[in-house]
Amino acid sequence: MDLTNTRKTARASHRWLWSRGVYLVPVSAGLAILVWHLVSRYGGFPAFILPSPTLVWERFTNALLEGRLAYHIAVTLSEVLAGLAFGVTAASTLGYLLAKSETFERFLAPYIVASQSIPIVAIAPLLVIWFGPGLLSKVLICALIVFFPVLINTIVGLRSVPDELRDLMRSLQATGWQTFKYLEVPSAMPVFLGGLRIGATLAVIGAVVGEFVGADRGLGFLINIGRGQYDTALVFVAIFTLVAMALALYGLVVLVEMRLLSWQQRPDNSR
Amino acid sequence: MNLSNSSLVLETAPEPHGNGPDLVVNNLSLTFPDRDQGLHVLKDISFLVDPEDFVCILGPSGSGKSTLLRVLAGLLTPTTGEVIYQGRGLAGPRREIGFVFQKANLMPWRTVRENITLPLELQHISKSVADQQAQELVNLVGLEGFEDSLPRDLSGGMEQRVAIARALVYDPRILLLDEPFGALDALTRERMGSELLRIWQARRKTVLMVTHAIPEAVFLADRVLVLSPRPGKIRLDMPVDLPRPREEGMRYSVEFGEIAKRLRYAIG
Repeated sequence: MDLTNTRKTARASHRWLWSRGVYLVPVSAGLAILVWHLVSRYGGFPAFILPSPTLVWERFTNALLEGRLAYHIAVTLSEVLAGLAFGVTAASTLGYLLAKSETFERFLAPYIVASQSIPIVAIAPLLVIWFGPGLLSKVLICALIVFFPVLINTIVGLRSVPDELRDLMRSLQATGWQTFKYLEVPSAMPVFLGGLRIGATLAVIGAVVGEFVGADRGLGFLINIGRGQYDTALVFVAIFTLVAMALALYGLVVLVEMRLLSWQQRPDNSR
Repeated sequence: MNLSNSSLVLETAPEPHGNGPDLVVNNLSLTFPDRDQGLHVLKDISFLVDPEDFVCILGPSGSGKSTLLRVLAGLLTPTTGEVIYQGRGLAGPRREIGFVFQKANLMPWRTVRENITLPLELQHISKSVADQQAQELVNLVGLEGFEDSLPRDLSGGMEQRVAIARALVYDPRILLLDEPFGALDALTRERMGSELLRIWQARRKTVLMVTHAIPEAVFLADRVLVLSPRPGKIRLDMPVDLPRPREEGMRYSVEFGEIAKRLRYAIG
């Protein structure tokens, strides 16, 4: 019985993937590359303006073989991950406190909103001046850009915990910690993960912004080098690597969502 | 139900009680701070509930029935007066008092079994014992085969069964039910009433149940309290002298109709 069940769900997820057009992704990517190829071939642009896909691919394998690309990826990825970890921890902790106390929220809200009205690009130089061109300033920039969406979603998630379930926990004499663990965390999780999904992609942007402002390594730095040397193919390589990194992080959060929030997904029986 | 299980339940039960009332409500009033006058919801309510009695609280909407029940559960503090539970004043929620909400109020991320074991988990009772007690209650409320289902896959009646099982799992002395079948269709509602009686007979609890359905109150209760419109006062405190066990057929008997009629007049 279990076996037929899993087979049925496997088939259902198959159909789900198809209905969402997931199989169209490689097709559309192939088409885009084809158009790019045609434009670069017949458009008459020099390679430093628009390198052909083959040139970019060569540059990519080159950089990979030199070991240079892997190094820069590692640098940027560690900035992103450390920034995410730091930003998410700070934002969810503060979010919890703000969700619990409206006085506290009213007290801090102006600063939080004001901090969000300043573009991160404008603060980044300041952070580099204060914390040096090394890892720390990048981590802080990432953390800062991740902070807001995670904070807001933590607050919204916690505020949306149903009052009736809070009453239930009270009638069962749950301690504050138990209410947190058994009710607030699982209940706020969907909205929180939504914020994390946005944060994960923003963190990549944060790292690049930081590296633009002042760094001697990382994918952002690689873009700067490529620009300086009119090595446009290298710029393309760095951009695509960044996109892949952002997609991978996003996908990771989606995987966590599918695992933690399986209770939310309805099997698609409606069709 | 096997013997070893029920002895286990007995061990976790509170100290044996005397012949005194389980619950004493003394001059209870409740005013919500609202505008300058305040909103008087309950006024001078006093009554006793004997152990293992089934009491229904009946009244028009807005008479503060649910509020009264929440005070008895310790979820709300009365403005004046007191609730005495087994000789001691009630200061807040207690484990000996189980509460079943209007909505089933299940945690959507927990399976049926996990929802039922929640109260035991909060008391740090081992998983194997908790699962065993949950299974016993799953059988009692007739949900065999749905132990691993999620609430989203249950019907309204099934959800309320889970909620009742969850309130019974830690073996409270008193069970408070706040219009538990209000959201169900009429037929399911009647069936759930009979089910509730069967469960009550198996697990002998003191039950206080809020409802606005007169036949439901007559069919279930030993005694019916009728609340007046706001501010809620007790307008009538009437025993229901129908023999037990109650049968479905009694719903159509003359005595049943007489009692229902008197209650209807009392509500006004």
